Amino acid sequence: MTSQVSSPEEQPGEQADETAARGEQREPAGVKATSGKTADAKTADVQTAGVRAPGTFETLETPAAKDATVGVKDATAGAKDVRRLDRVIIRFAGDSGDGMQLTGDRFTSETASFGNDLSTLPNFPAEIRAPAGTLPGVSSFQLHFADHDILTPGDAPDVLVAMNPAALKANVTDLPRGAEIIVNTDEFTKRALQKVGYAASPLEDGSLDGYSVHPVPLTTLTVEALKEFDLSRKEAERSKNMFALGLLSWMYHRPTEGTERFLRTKFARKPDIAAANIAAFRAGWNFGETTEDFAVSYEVAPAAQAFPVGTYRNISGNLALSYGLIAASRQADLPLYLGSYPITPASDILHELSRHKNFGVRTFQAEDEIAGIGAALGAAFGGSLAVTTTSGPGVALKSETIGLAVSLELPLLVVDIQRGGPSTGLPTKTEQADLLQAMYGRNGEAPVPVIAPRTPADCFDAALEAVRIALTYRTPVFLLSDGYLANGSEPWRIPEPDELPDLRVQFAQGPNHTLDDGSEVFWPYKRDPQTLARPWAIPGTPGLEHRIGGIEKQDGTGNISYDPANHDFMVRTRRAKVDGIEVPDLQVDDPHGAKTLVLGWGSTYGPITAAVRRLRAAGEAVAQAHLRHLNPFPRNLGTVLERYDKVVIPEMNLGQLATLIRAKYLVDAQSYTQVNGMPFKAEQLATALKEAIDG
Amino acid sequence: MAETSREGTGTIEALSLVPKAEAKQSMKDFKSDQEVRWCPGCGDYAILAAVQGFMPELGLAKENIVFVSGIGCSSRFPYYMNTYGMHSIHGRAPAIATGLATSRRDLSVWVVTGDGDALSIGGNHLIHALRRNVNLKILLFNNRIYGLTKGQYSPTSEVGKITKSTPMGSLDAPFNPVSLAIGAEASFVARTVDSDRKHLTEVLRQAAAHPGTALVEIYQNCNIFNDGAFEALKDKQQAEEAVIRLEHGKPIRFGSDLGKGVVRDPVTGDLKVVSVTAENEAQVLVHDAYAPSATTAFALSRLADPDTLHRTPIGIFRSVDRPVYDAQMSDQLDIAIEQNGKGDLAALLTGGDTWTVVG
Repeated sequence: MTSQVSSPEEQPGEQADETAARGEQREPAGVKATSGKTADAKTADVQTAGVRAPGTFETLETPAAKDATVGVKDATAGAKDVRRLDRVIIRFAGDSGDGMQLTGDRFTSETASFGNDLSTLPNFPAEIRAPAGTLPGVSSFQLHFADHDILTPGDAPDVLVAMNPAALKANVTDLPRGAEIIVNTDEFTKRALQKVGYAASPLEDGSLDGYSVHPVPLTTLTVEALKEFDLSRKEAERSKNMFALGLLSWMYHRPTEGTERFLRTKFARKPDIAAANIAAFRAGWNFGETTEDFAVSYEVAPAAQAFPVGTYRNISGNLALSYGLIAASRQADLPLYLGSYPITPASDILHELSRHKNFGVRTFQAEDEIAGIGAALGAAFGGSLAVTTTSGPGVALKSETIGLAVSLELPLLVVDIQRGGPSTGLPTKTEQADLLQAMYGRNGEAPVPVIAPRTPADCFDAALEAVRIALTYRTPVFLLSDGYLANGSEPWRIPEPDELPDLRVQFAQGPNHTLDDGSEVFWPYKRDPQTLARPWAIPGTPGLEHRIGGIEKQDGTGNISYDPANHDFMVRTRRAKVDGIEVPDLQVDDPHGAKTLVLGWGSTYGPITAAVRRLRAAGEAVAQAHLRHLNPFPRNLGTVLERYDKVVIPEMNLGQLATLIRAKYLVDAQSYTQVNGMPFKAEQLATALKEAIDG
Repeated sequence: MAETSREGTGTIEALSLVPKAEAKQSMKDFKSDQEVRWCPGCGDYAILAAVQGFMPELGLAKENIVFVSGIGCSSRFPYYMNTYGMHSIHGRAPAIATGLATSRRDLSVWVVTGDGDALSIGGNHLIHALRRNVNLKILLFNNRIYGLTKGQYSPTSEVGKITKSTPMGSLDAPFNPVSLAIGAEASFVARTVDSDRKHLTEVLRQAAAHPGTALVEIYQNCNIFNDGAFEALKDKQQAEEAVIRLEHGKPIRFGSDLGKGVVRDPVTGDLKVVSVTAENEAQVLVHDAYAPSATTAFALSRLADPDTLHRTPIGIFRSVDRPVYDAQMSDQLDIAIEQNGKGDLAALLTGGDTWTVVG
């Protein structure tokens, strides 16, 4: 379960080299030799101390019980072999029009309902329909699922489904030797091959030697399977992704009812299309079961032991964030108001919230980013739980209004689903490069609290935490998610509503100040001595009529003031309010008394934790801590940093957190960065961290 | 759209959800304790007095009235009203007020803005507020100059305006705010003048009663940077020839002895001014502020000469019923509850496909 913060047990799957995932059954001697050993943490530690050869990892990855099932006949798979794996990484790749995201989503849902732990990485072009058959037009969906706790979508796929030559070419270099490749041979025409620069077909020129290639005429088989339907060839071809899904569902023993139900619902108004898709899906399953090319199917047992007791579902970051906002609205007993302008990858939150008007949620699709946050701020003045959602370019446009919210001291949530920048950048790719924009991207001294979720499911809790801060301290708050969290998904233990924090607030009801002459008045900027928050007096409250604005205000009365000393006081007070926000101490995971600390924030949690597990499995001592609160930092961060000789900060930017840490704590933090639009790979991080430890 | 329906339901419909004052109010109740800081002689004083004088007539609980402004001289307005208020940022008042009005239908929300604030930096928000028809009353103080930044030309300045930023004359063709508002699908558009308290008050009265967005352009004199900009409309002698008073149901006539009238050109369909004679008197256009089509209102807005302001219509150009955004937004929430029941968080979080891990 990726949301566990500091699981001391190293999980076998994450320790291993990627090729081991599916490979242990193919490593005859080594694997058998370790049969009977348990894979618990202590044994693993002992076994791997000082050993770094991938082959050794593989043996460790094979729990004894699993070998026993090799060759077991499975009733559903006829006479074919069924092998048990502890984890698999599958990548579906095709043209942007091939429905790969849908295919991946469905396979994920099947996998989630089966009870595996999982993590996904959708990767698609910004164009809705990029030129067909080209490399830039390739859309892919990677899914990592396991019988144990996993943290990332996986570094390299064990199985690639390539719907055309472009999909093969764009992805084959990510595959380790021995990986399985299922290709749609129908699309490997001369023209399609030429389009992506293949002089000869890679299916025939030997370049795929070393892989386990399954050539399947997916298109032909789909059209054949649907011949009794009244569909044109083109219409029938469209179901080829469902054929592929059926085949993969057979290969990995996925439950199929969910997908059939999904198709019936999705095409409720076109029952013949629903029936055709279901027929293609079943044909794919049956093809796997009958054809000799697929001799083996695989089981990945549910990850029951990785999960605490509870009811689970699969959830993406944007969905979890949307639910977090609705839950926060309920817990605060305030109506939710979203002012937003469509922008990738944040729009899904607008879409989702607009579906839940029966929760009293108002969604306002504004004329631009500025109006989106403006409307939210107006609603905040009126007593709503106000939210605006956007991505980096939108934050730039909203900056002035965020500054106004700082001055007005009203609660407002600014959700930034970060993407590659600068400017329009890479709309569909991930990055963490808005941290400094969130921290400092306003005129004047305008401090804003910043918090970041670490996994897709954690977006739910992070939303509640951001709302807590906004409401308690009457301040705008940045919630920094990113494209990887937004679109990625993982299992989530569904909380009971009564487990959620109480976020209720008290609006001002009457005068809060006594003047020298004894009269009772309302001062809109008289602060709570503990939190330094000012009263939230909403229109409609008799006797508290007051005016607020972006001009500097006199302390207490809130009247316009240009007095130099007052301005100095107000600037420092606003800073002190944010600095004084209560945030939990930073937890450090350091079971071996390490000298090196790896510090991260946001969506790098999965890859960093996976890398740390690998290093520890190899006998390295490394400490890990992950920041949820970027402003203010946890109180103990300074003392944590002092405990380590080295601090390494991996980020998907050019070192923004490292800059903050170095500036604030005078610590010689080392930055390890990547800005290629993709999350870190665990192996790559492990190598970099190893170098840092040794260096 | 029919006149009868407008007059029958206007006031009640626009403000029906806003609580009434318990006691009779006076102008004094609406004056805040803040010292007014406009330049002596500024037209804003007259508008402030007219608004403060008019508010008691509405009889609304003053805690349910909110004034929202942007940036500029006029945008200091909320500080002087003893209601709730927000002095926001440049051009954004319509957006902020939209959030407030759509989330709180029990409030009477007013936007105070200027020609730079509403038509230049905030032009986008203005047109979208108008097309949405949110329950906002927008008072656009048009002085045809930038006052607070000390005298640059504005988007309503006449072409060739000599200012600090245009020493050789401005090049931009100005906006006609009334034409712009009608083009932006505004359901209520009026124009009035700061110095005509009676006319200004009547326009405010009708704007307040209008369900949806009301745009009121108020010609306002900046006696420091653009003094006398509307003199043609204010000087008694000139005004007779320059001002066309629009009154619903009455022929559109003006000039000494109402000797001029507006007629439709039968060839082009456009409007033109003629000297009224016994023969053509019957052809003089009778003003219909409630006409469903915006065509004639738009044509009326084009009569004025942008340089001399001769033949400037004032009054209500257009006032029609259109679905009100905040009412519809609220209706959708009710319908969603009717259709799906009140939101159940536990059911939402659980969603469709789940699995259970037991100990």
